[in-house]
Amino acid sequence: MDLRQFLFVSRLSLPALAASSLVLVTTALVLVFFVAPNDADQGFSQRIFYFHVSIAFTAYACFGLGAWKALVHLWKRDSRADLESYVAVHQGVIFGSLVLLTGSIWAKISWGHWWLWSENQLVLFLVLFLFYAAYFMLRFSVDPGPQRANLSAVYALFGVVLVPVSFLAIRLAQHFIHPIVFTRNGPAFGGWILATYLVSQVATLVLAYTLYRVELSGKRLDVRLRELREAHA
Amino acid sequence: MTTAEKYVTAAYCVVFAVVLVYVVIIALKLQRLEREVDALVARPQAEPERERETVRVG
Repeated sequence: MDLRQFLFVSRLSLPALAASSLVLVTTALVLVFFVAPNDADQGFSQRIFYFHVSIAFTAYACFGLGAWKALVHLWKRDSRADLESYVAVHQGVIFGSLVLLTGSIWAKISWGHWWLWSENQLVLFLVLFLFYAAYFMLRFSVDPGPQRANLSAVYALFGVVLVPVSFLAIRLAQHFIHPIVFTRNGPAFGGWILATYLVSQVATLVLAYTLYRVELSGKRLDVRLRELREAHA
Repeated sequence: MTTAEKYVTAAYCVVFAVVLVYVVIIALKLQRLEREVDALVARPQAEPERERETVRVG
């Protein structure tokens, strides 16, 4: 694909992605607040689940994408992959902070506490979040260049190991109060609750991908401008 | 409004606010890039290198 074709596709797809995000998020919100029934156990407060869990899986997906792009960078020495990995990790950290914020609000109404250090799932997610937050400290403590790209890629690859640990921790724990909704036998709910969750999940993923594409376009433009400025200097 | 409704509203407002702040930051950055492009375009073209006169040596 040459540059003109790439620009044409990216111009077409970004507005389409943004429109899809808007439609999907609106549909998800309508389903969450007007269609999905109240949970028998938690009542109305269970409605936080739809976006909280969707955002958590989206954060995992962003960290996974960041690790994949890091691997591509190390494999092919492609500077574009380094930038893509950085943007994906950035998105992961933003969505990770949303998981912690919405989770704390849900914990307060359900358990009576904003945070419980005894819960492995919570602590492991915080460890994952802080690990990726430290990625930026590492990245910006090294001068731009191949060394920075390589160090960042190795760090992003190591971090992705924490994703399955964070996901499986609750399933391996003996005592917990954090609910498990995805078991070996499938999701522990059906009907409108499952439909609402699935729409929310797709909406969150599409929104994250749209924001990823927007940020990536900005970063690429920034790099091109820097190169142009150096060429004109 | 019940307590549960207040907490659920707060959770969704937090999500909305964070996404909004993110979009505003990206928009500000794009504005800065636009200004830099304008500055580059406005910069006068570098003068073409003058032809050097050949000088006999020796």
